[in-house]
Amino acid sequence: MVVTHDVVLVGGGAAGLRAAIAIAEAAPGLSVAIFSKVYPMRSHTVSAEGGAAGVIGPDDTLDEHIYDTISGSDWLGDQDAVEAFVAEAPDELLRLEHWGCPWSREPDGHIAVRSFGGMKRMRTWFAADKTGFHLLHTLFQTTLKYPEVARYDEWFVTRLLVEDGRVQGVVALELMSGRVEIIAARAVVLCTGGCGRVFPFTTNANIKTGDGMALAYRAGAPLKDMEFVQYHPTGLPFTGILITEAARSEGGWLINKDGYRYLQDYDLGQPEPTPVLRSMELGPRDRLSQAFVHEMEKGRTIDTPYGQVVHLDLRHLGARVIDTKLPFVRELCLNYQNIDPVTELVPVRPVVHYMMGGVHTDMHGATPIHGLYAAGEAACVSINGANRLGSNSLPECLVFGARAGRAAAEYAAAAAAPGSAVLAQASDEQRRLERDLLSRPAGPDRIAVIRAEMQQVMEASAGIYRDGDALAKGAEALRELQQRARSATLDDRSHTFNTELIAALELSNMLDVAEAIIVCALRREESRGAHQRTDFPVRDDDRFLAHSLVYRQPDGSCRVAYAPVTITRWPPGKRVYGR
Amino acid sequence: MTDTITMQVSRYRPEQETRPTVQEYEVPLRPDWAVLDGLNHIKDHQDGTLSYRWSCRMGICGSCGMTVNGEPKLTCAAFLTDYEPGPVRVEPLSNFPVIRDLVVEIGDFLRKLPKVLPWIVRDTEKPTSEGEYLQTPEEQDAYKQYSMCINCMLCYSACPVYGLDPHFIGPAVIALAQRYNLDSRDQGAADRLDLLTHPDGVWGCTFVGECTRACPKGVDPAGAIQRYKLTAAMQSIKAFLLPRGSR
Repeated sequence: MVVTHDVVLVGGGAAGLRAAIAIAEAAPGLSVAIFSKVYPMRSHTVSAEGGAAGVIGPDDTLDEHIYDTISGSDWLGDQDAVEAFVAEAPDELLRLEHWGCPWSREPDGHIAVRSFGGMKRMRTWFAADKTGFHLLHTLFQTTLKYPEVARYDEWFVTRLLVEDGRVQGVVALELMSGRVEIIAARAVVLCTGGCGRVFPFTTNANIKTGDGMALAYRAGAPLKDMEFVQYHPTGLPFTGILITEAARSEGGWLINKDGYRYLQDYDLGQPEPTPVLRSMELGPRDRLSQAFVHEMEKGRTIDTPYGQVVHLDLRHLGARVIDTKLPFVRELCLNYQNIDPVTELVPVRPVVHYMMGGVHTDMHGATPIHGLYAAGEAACVSINGANRLGSNSLPECLVFGARAGRAAAEYAAAAAAPGSAVLAQASDEQRRLERDLLSRPAGPDRIAVIRAEMQQVMEASAGIYRDGDALAKGAEALRELQQRARSATLDDRSHTFNTELIAALELSNMLDVAEAIIVCALRREESRGAHQRTDFPVRDDDRFLAHSLVYRQPDGSCRVAYAPVTITRWPPGKRVYGR
Repeated sequence: MTDTITMQVSRYRPEQETRPTVQEYEVPLRPDWAVLDGLNHIKDHQDGTLSYRWSCRMGICGSCGMTVNGEPKLTCAAFLTDYEPGPVRVEPLSNFPVIRDLVVEIGDFLRKLPKVLPWIVRDTEKPTSEGEYLQTPEEQDAYKQYSMCINCMLCYSACPVYGLDPHFIGPAVIALAQRYNLDSRDQGAADRLDLLTHPDGVWGCTFVGECTRACPKGVDPAGAIQRYKLTAAMQSIKAFLLPRGSR
């Protein structure tokens, strides 16, 4: 007995839930199902803090948001996609308002906005500093209005079924029972988020293991711009917990061990007592994280048991501003760092936060495989290019989640029913899970050991600054780790809620995605946005004003090709901040 | 200070055993380690068979609720040093069926939640082209704390009524119903009335207040329930006195 749905959504965060509602509204007759390895309200959208950008103020224009996004992307964003994104974001955010999202308000009841890094106008909507939490729960509770949206909570998708160049379903494992099911589908939308867990120090939740990226990659779809990994400049040491950029937009300062606002030394403007848009602490994330490295090399950072840090100073904001605008920052600092930002300095260091790259899609979320779509952080349209601006990712999930949902619904309504040829593939996969994983003989390595080694390799070779030698070594180390992972030991042989089996599948996904990151980074011999090569320190538009597309070859190796960037009205220029 | 601490962890492997057992592990005692870090240390280095849920480890996803030394806690926000010298006893959340080890089945909550219509109900929807529904910060304060629920299930685990009567819809569902009832954009309070005033609704609560004490996010479900009892009482008086159209 094979379960059938018209559209299968993999992932139940902002992009997946928005896609589900779009499908339920656009095509109520279609059967749509959300497969998520966690309950949807546990999805990592929940951790987003600062806000969601959308032009709303009378002094703001779509063109300004477009320009900020394109210059922020170091001109690698596709301008037609950015234009569509910026045009549709305000409507999506208003829709969330109508669905009940508790956006913070002005005293007269209108939506309030705050400034954000790299943005020339105040256009970031926020729900205090728990924006992602409120957005996710609003979306989740709204989907409950649509009983036709089926949910498979705590199901882990292990494989896409592709035959004749089109996707025809998935194989998924139910955590509670361990049973492996074939789900036939006319269209599949990947909304699984990012893969921060390939690095040792990340804001990303434990579940961010690049599952959707790996599924698409193994099914033959290319991953795009994988070398662009965003370090957020302010994570708490040890835990990697994010301290939102909103802390700086509300007026927080970054200072070194001498109490000096060091960003003034890195072409980001001059310090002023109050925040200046596109300047200093409100510069873009890539430049701020790079400035930290230089500060560290100059010996002006602070040594702690968890590495070098600088300080985020919020003390001058006072308890009232912190408690109204940044209550979560205070809660996190008190609970996890045992410090009170009202009276104490907050130690912070750059932390892996977001993948600009992802599954290659067009503006409708379509991948090169018929019937396969992707949206949100798992996808790369690309609006983020070489560096995403803070508060663009939540509206990206909404705009492109809705677009991918509508496109998948339209495709599914016209597509042929899944064929029986995929059943053979599906039984192979069922056998693989039973025989290769659950019945595997004990090997020399534990999963956690290989995972930790992979994370160290990634930090050493694909960190904020990279060079060809380190990347080549990293690629070699990853291939060895992939070998070892195939025979890693599983202590747990049971079928009921086997989290070690899931960890093994996630590790295998992460190793593939990690290799894609390294290979693309090695091939891109220039410095652009978040990809900084010390051996190729300048941007090279002649060779690399192009998207990297990495394909998995039948023998498991990677092939990298390049595709042009779409330029509409903004020819490549210099990124200027603080002036 | 000792450099390790004993964790006594509840184990239950339904394929191998018929009842839960307790297994002891020694884990490093570090000042910044949460109970969850201790569990991860066991899973990664000692025993890969231990099962539990966790994700964000910043107290917002609601995955890692367990019973620690008898109290429902988010294990990412409960620190080992608070349980010195040990042992730290870690058990699954009470009042739920145990799937395995520290993993409980919360399907009951997810089946109850949609029944209170936890979304904005309106007679007519205005198009987004007409902009936002105005809502002042004061109007937002009326429901805000109830919107902070992370569905972590600690309140259900703490609730003695839910422990005895699984039909009781429970603290978080009632708090979320009130989150929408008190939202100035919502017009669905009348639609939620029947379910909330059902014997399994607010009247099931005997006001023990354990839910509010257990909540890691400062939501006051007990207050929501008491307040709704008043609303419900007023509604039933109105229903008695007034013709339907004027309620």
